Amino acid sequence: MNKILFSAISKKFVMALAGLFLLLFLPVHLGINLMLLKDDPEPFNNAAHFMATFHLVKAVEILLLLTILVHVVYGIILQVQNWFLRPVRYAVRNKSETSAFSRFMIWTGGAVLIFLVIHFFNFYFMKLGLVDGDPENFYSIAYQLFSIPGYVILYWVCFILLGFHLYHSLQSAFQTLGLANDFWTPVIKGISLIYAVAVPLGFAIIPLFIWLLK
Amino acid sequence: MINLNAKIPEGPLEEKWTRYKSGSKLVNPANKNKIDIILIGTGLSGAGAASSLGELGYNVKVFCYQDSPRRAHSVAAQGGINAAKNYKNDGDNTYRLFYDMIKGGDFRAREANVYRIAEVSNQVIDHYTALGVPFAREYGGTLDTRSFGGVQVSRTFYSKGQTGQQCLLGAYSSLNRQIRAGKVTMFPRRDILDIVVIDGKARGIIARNLITGEIERHSAHAVVLATGGYGTVYYFSTLAVNSNASAAWKAYKKGAAFANPSFVQIHPTCVPQLNEFQSKLTLMSESLRNDGRIWVPKNKDDKRPANDIPEEDRDYYLERRYPTFGNLVPRDVASRAAKERCDAGYGVGKTGLAVNLDFRDAIKKQGKDAIENKYGNLFEMYKDITGIDSYEEPMQIYPAGHYTMGGLWVDYELMTTVPGLYAIGEANFSDHGANRLGASSLMQAAGDGYFILPVTINNYLSGEIRIPRIPTTGAEFEEAEKSVRERIKKFLSIKGKQAASSFHKRLGKIMWDYCGMKRNEEGLKKALVLVAELKKEFWSDLLVPGEGADLNQELEKAGRVADFLELAWLMITDALNRKESCGAHFREESQTEDGEARRIDSEYSYVAAWEYNGENEPILNKEPLKFEFVELKERSYK
Amino acid sequence: MKLRLKIWRQKNAKTKGAFAFYDLDGVSPDMSFLEMLDSLNKKLIEEGKDPIAFDHDCREGICGSCGMFINGYPHGPVPGLTTCLLSMRYFKDGEKIVIEPWRAKPFPVIKDLIVDRSAFDKIQIAGGFISVTAGAASEANSILVRKKKSDEAFDSAICIGCGACVAACKNASAMLFVSAKISQFALLPQGRPEAKERVRAMIVEMDKQGFGTCSNTGACEAQCPKKIKLTNIARLNREYYSAF
Repeated sequence: MNKILFSAISKKFVMALAGLFLLLFLPVHLGINLMLLKDDPEPFNNAAHFMATFHLVKAVEILLLLTILVHVVYGIILQVQNWFLRPVRYAVRNKSETSAFSRFMIWTGGAVLIFLVIHFFNFYFMKLGLVDGDPENFYSIAYQLFSIPGYVILYWVCFILLGFHLYHSLQSAFQTLGLANDFWTPVIKGISLIYAVAVPLGFAIIPLFIWLLK
Repeated sequence: MINLNAKIPEGPLEEKWTRYKSGSKLVNPANKNKIDIILIGTGLSGAGAASSLGELGYNVKVFCYQDSPRRAHSVAAQGGINAAKNYKNDGDNTYRLFYDMIKGGDFRAREANVYRIAEVSNQVIDHYTALGVPFAREYGGTLDTRSFGGVQVSRTFYSKGQTGQQCLLGAYSSLNRQIRAGKVTMFPRRDILDIVVIDGKARGIIARNLITGEIERHSAHAVVLATGGYGTVYYFSTLAVNSNASAAWKAYKKGAAFANPSFVQIHPTCVPQLNEFQSKLTLMSESLRNDGRIWVPKNKDDKRPANDIPEEDRDYYLERRYPTFGNLVPRDVASRAAKERCDAGYGVGKTGLAVNLDFRDAIKKQGKDAIENKYGNLFEMYKDITGIDSYEEPMQIYPAGHYTMGGLWVDYELMTTVPGLYAIGEANFSDHGANRLGASSLMQAAGDGYFILPVTINNYLSGEIRIPRIPTTGAEFEEAEKSVRERIKKFLSIKGKQAASSFHKRLGKIMWDYCGMKRNEEGLKKALVLVAELKKEFWSDLLVPGEGADLNQELEKAGRVADFLELAWLMITDALNRKESCGAHFREESQTEDGEARRIDSEYSYVAAWEYNGENEPILNKEPLKFEFVELKERSYK
Repeated sequence: MKLRLKIWRQKNAKTKGAFAFYDLDGVSPDMSFLEMLDSLNKKLIEEGKDPIAFDHDCREGICGSCGMFINGYPHGPVPGLTTCLLSMRYFKDGEKIVIEPWRAKPFPVIKDLIVDRSAFDKIQIAGGFISVTAGAASEANSILVRKKKSDEAFDSAICIGCGACVAACKNASAMLFVSAKISQFALLPQGRPEAKERVRAMIVEMDKQGFGTCSNTGACEAQCPKKIKLTNIARLNREYYSAF
């Protein structure tokens, strides 16, 4: 029974579920971030405050952290295992046709993870009181960060890579969950593309707007 | 002389098998566990028999030369598998299937065996369907059938163009189930180099592990050969390039009679030879002849591209000579006609050894889509191999060696003349006479494996239950292993100049030219000399690189070619002996005024079972063929 | 045609292999890839050298014996073909061709280009069958199967077990192979009674044989000579989850 529960497919199943949950969270985060476009810091700070204090959200937050952890840990474990499955590598690069970005999930995922860590230092840990700063004024912290060109470039690069990650992840999660067939798979791939462009783009335009308008 | 007792049960044709089953001895389930059976080959008959014997409770050891049992050459059968289900309500029944086979085999098969295979044919379809073989279906969910191989009823079950693979995978899955159950042990990548006979009974084999080169001894209470045919004797054939006759040949040398070795079916629609290193001639399904028209230019020197040759300059020679059956004449007739045209200088293509198979008219009439629907995968395959788009220009085809009706002589129980040694499927001779009907090879192989051998073998094994597991240390095993080792040593020590395949190619050419579709006394006698010379040259100028204790594909080839050289000699001897034409065996001396085959029933209505006689001429034993239930008729396809 | 060949040579499973270079002349565009290697072998034998060992048998693309990694592609650069059907027409005069064996931990090299694919057999032995004893089957037409389902089952059943999917996959995953087998049985009513036991047993065995996980890159589908579809893998997953 253990072998069945902890089979490779079961691990992928957990990763896919975790990934889908994260995919649900991203638009919520984006919705709040878009409030940065307003001149008035109140709505954004209020939303951030609500997210930081409301009990139910706190519960979800713990779930979210666990999800990230599972997704990352399983992703790394599976990837490392897979790397060892070709002890002698091909002399000629494997040119087999693959779906876009699918071969680089560990790298795009890694980039997103690095960004996430920076992001945690900038905001989340502050909220937890682990680093100095005023958690009630994320609005000004965000504006401060977006005024640093280096940060914005890193931010953009990470979101482009996130887009790559997302494009494969949505359709792949459905495939892993067994929800794919000749009819729905093309539709899901279409949605993947829209999602993978729209969400990162949404995040990416925020510093641009701030620069242009202020 | 061997006593050829076919052990055919008494009684009316349709009751023989039932009577046999009622009267044959059984083995107690508790005793089956103590009995070992060796089975060689994992095609439809071998894998089928292995699983059935395992299901019965015997301990089965299965051997094949491939890396997996799923690769046996049954995998390549395209057209379908016959059964007398009468699903189309077109008047088919067991008798009609039996009669078509007897007639198709030109009255050179044994009535009782043929009737029995027709009888179990329905069970085969039931079993394969239950095993999950995805046969083609109608919209209502029932199984579809098609008409195949020139018969007038629709009795051929099929899985697109790869019925063989699908049936084989079904057989392989049932084999796997027995492997998991621990009743079957699989030994892949083994060549069978000798059969061990102890006190007149088959008791084991000597095998070579093809990876390590190790020589292994395996013992059993009975040995079953499911090793297929020997069509690769022609070098170019539709068979897998590693298909070989070695196990059957070793059985012959240990006392099993070899029946009708010269009965070889040449398939008319194969991709012709394109280059000097070509290794095989791929079969294009016979069904293509349903819509394709075969022709050559009327004028020998007409070197225009096929499409530029106008209608009046084309010779649709099959339609011309056989107005009733036209392009759908039986395989042997179509093959001979193609060879005749090419020999007369009318052949097309680079080598002049090909005829056109043209779909132009069919496409015009039915539309490209209809043709694509029917033959799309075949057209694709043809294009892959030749680069020619058959929608635009005719295919070029030529006959190639395909199926051997001849094989080890077996009685009604499928036992050879060596007690305890059985031959099933294409390896035996029993069901197809002098020619095989389309889609009946899968039927016979599966029928033998699943439903006949597992019944008949009990009758023998019931007498073996007191024999404990046979040790592999006896003198007979020692002797056999010694001779195998010596032979390998000999191959490696000749150190001549030519690789085994170059001998094989030359042997194939001799056989094709003199013992192929058309044979005559002069040519056959010449071939005897040529083969003997080639054999001598082989044993003095063979070059096998490497060593024996290692994976050595050249050594494998050498062993196979050495056996083919001997078998070829027997085939020619048999062809010389049979001075009549029958089925696929066409003796030019015995033809009608119109050039059709003429059977001589008064003299040749027998099975020629050849007995090994050392270095001397083999001994001819005759099993007379009595036709009690059918009337002998001449085939006519005019 | 003249070719410059770079071929993996390895004496046996225990020794370390290395590439060797060969110049081959007189290759005809009519040859198949394996016939090209035959001609090289003939030359090697005549020079007293060890010929290149490779698996092959039917030479018409159906037995699944052959397979090599050619210039970065399993079975070569032309989709839908096994190595034996790959024509030399697709190569240019003077081209350099690199030939490697399938590379995957579960497929250890036996010699030169021959690998051990018995892991595939073991997966099928674990459960790739319908448990019906000869003689027990009911009349074939008593099982009705919707034509569409039956055709789909056939499309999965055409897998020839060559291992190109594993060779192509960056994770050396056997999911396409296993899913094709599972799908054939899952789609047919005959296969339903033991569907759960089958999929569990085969997946456990697949893991035991050490194949990698599926990253849904689609390389297997792109390189499969029989064009087995990726949707089979989704079906396998579905079958697996519903087996609890």
